[in-house]
Amino acid sequence: MPIEVQDLRVSVDSKEILKGVSLRVERGEAVVLMGPNGSGKTTLAYALMGHPSYRVVGGRIVMDNTDITQAPTYERALIGLALAFQNPVEVPGVKLDYLLNVINAKKVKGFDLTYVDPKFISWVRREATKLGVSADLLGRDINVNFSGGERKRSEVLQVMALRPKYVIFDEPDSGLDVDGIRIIGGAIASITSEGVGALIITHHAEITKFINPTRAYVLMGGRVVASGGPELVEEVLSRGYEHLQVRGEQ
Amino acid sequence: MTTEPVKLLREKELKEVMQFDAGSLLGRSMQYPKEIEVRGRISRDLVEEISKSKGEPEWMRLLRLKALETFERLPMPNWLEGVESIDLDEVAAYVRPKAESTNNWEDLPDWMKDVYQKLGLPEAEAKVLSGLTAVFDSENTITKVKEELTKKNVIFVSMDEAVKKYPDLVKEYFGRVFPYADHKFAALHYALWSGGAFVYVPKGAKIVNPVEAFFLIGSELEGQFEHTLLVADEGSFMHFIEGCAAPVLTKFSFHDGMVEIYAKSRSEVHFTTIQNWSGSIVNFNNKRAIAEDYANVEWVEGSIGSRVTFTYPSTVLKGRGASTKNISIGIANGPSKIKDVGSKAIHAAPETRSLIISKSISSGGGVAAYRGLVKVLKGAKGSVSHVQCDSLIMDKDSRAYTLPRNEVDEPTAEVTHEATVGRLGEDQLFYLASRGITEGEAKAMIVNGFIRDVLRNLPLETVSILTKVIELEFSQLGSVG
Repeated sequence: MPIEVQDLRVSVDSKEILKGVSLRVERGEAVVLMGPNGSGKTTLAYALMGHPSYRVVGGRIVMDNTDITQAPTYERALIGLALAFQNPVEVPGVKLDYLLNVINAKKVKGFDLTYVDPKFISWVRREATKLGVSADLLGRDINVNFSGGERKRSEVLQVMALRPKYVIFDEPDSGLDVDGIRIIGGAIASITSEGVGALIITHHAEITKFINPTRAYVLMGGRVVASGGPELVEEVLSRGYEHLQVRGEQ
Repeated sequence: MTTEPVKLLREKELKEVMQFDAGSLLGRSMQYPKEIEVRGRISRDLVEEISKSKGEPEWMRLLRLKALETFERLPMPNWLEGVESIDLDEVAAYVRPKAESTNNWEDLPDWMKDVYQKLGLPEAEAKVLSGLTAVFDSENTITKVKEELTKKNVIFVSMDEAVKKYPDLVKEYFGRVFPYADHKFAALHYALWSGGAFVYVPKGAKIVNPVEAFFLIGSELEGQFEHTLLVADEGSFMHFIEGCAAPVLTKFSFHDGMVEIYAKSRSEVHFTTIQNWSGSIVNFNNKRAIAEDYANVEWVEGSIGSRVTFTYPSTVLKGRGASTKNISIGIANGPSKIKDVGSKAIHAAPETRSLIISKSISSGGGVAAYRGLVKVLKGAKGSVSHVQCDSLIMDKDSRAYTLPRNEVDEPTAEVTHEATVGRLGEDQLFYLASRGITEGEAKAMIVNGFIRDVLRNLPLETVSILTKVIELEFSQLGSVG
């Protein structure tokens, strides 16, 4: 069962950014989405997650045979779609561990700010250690004075706590050093190995060593101009995007 | 408006809620029998009638009449928004529900017992309190005094009873901390006051478990003017909690209550308010304390409900080394909701200290204002005051104002002020929504996070009640809207 994007057209401030995008991610797959800056990758990520400023003007998003094109964001999250943000926003007043606890409470028994689940807390500690998220970071307001690397790690930790069916990772590797990429790449690989479908937006070769992509898409000017197997990633990384643009127009 | 789905949601969510969830817990207007209802133009006759029905002593009757004259003389304050929605002549000045005052839950009429059970009062009384008195409309209906209080010779009675039983003690303090001539609504309060609590803690006595007074307004077009007087003798300690509730009414009711605290030398008084009136209440609350040397008074004003609230808990630091901490949490949630809250500290002696923390939250078109005063009199050498005002604005329709005033006539005093304003944007809501959290839930989380640092030092029972009330206030809004 896949998540499918069918001929999706998305406008921001009445300007059309995505001009008919179709793609598909199966459970357990790692699909890479590449494209030059401004090609619409983050727009696609936000539209899939249902950001109110990213208006779907055509096409559909279907997840496991359910049309979620009109579903509110929280509902998409609750039925199994997650997004690891490229540039997550600061949320003053909400600590990372507090948010993780609320995410868990919603899974287990419904919204409750005071719910404490010792098993979940030890799970968080264990996974946080693996990701290199310190206890100090867990106790801080989300993304406030987080370094770039801390943000990426915190995003992956939150996504894992959501136990999703599909995840969009929006540049999970940008700004990370080699060790950081290895840790994040490893985490993504272990997420997909458990049967989660992942769409990974990236510009870099390094992370693909860890995530073993099954397929790839290239987005340019709001359209998918190429799709293929893992070899497409290699092609882009060695030859750039320009020749694809030409191919896409033909 | 779609009322039906709202109601369903509330019932579902309310299961988890403890006491103090006022408006929604009590639902819409309720019907109940009344013994006396005094309504009409506020006049000498009306005041006499109230005094007579209470059978109170002459000195109190005269005090009421003097206050009435002052009320009639003073002009209407021009800065009170929302008070114009109250026509005082239309409001019942005194309402006595049909129920004998008792000290046993079982003696209450069933309909009233039912209301208190919905609010969780009997349970709270049994579990955490050393004493409880509950005021329904204008009269105390039940007063429970536990062994801890009797053992320590603490006086804990309704204010009306205190007037009759302990006249000397009451005369010494009643109206001395907050005189009726202070402003128009203080004068009105003294003319019409009814119900409330009186606590006297003897020298050196320390009450371990808090005492509570719970105030409920049952009907529309009704005035509640309860008076609470706390006297802490030398070296004593008490924690007093007041809670407020009302059902959702069609027309407004008016609350003009008063709290006077006299903290003698080296005593300590903590006063916590969880105000969760329904949106049908115009709330005008007068709160003032006097602290003698090395006494400490701590106010926590949890101002959650009501259509509009004006309240400025104040401490007069009268003796050397006296101190006060004044925490206010004001939530203005909804169109035309106004919270005009703040704190005052008057430094009238050397080495006095005050710490004022205001956390205001405006949401859904609400307006939250902090209006405060720090006054240091000449000669209050080495006094220290710090004011911190944090505002959180939840959306573009809501507003926050900070109006601090410092009057410092003592050059050795150190007075500091800090203010922050936070705004909640679409991006933060989207971020939390992507974690499966609805807008209402996100707001409840952010609000709780925002006030977290002031909650940290509060008694556990206060924190859990406040957290639940806030969670409900915002999560309901979100699910509905």
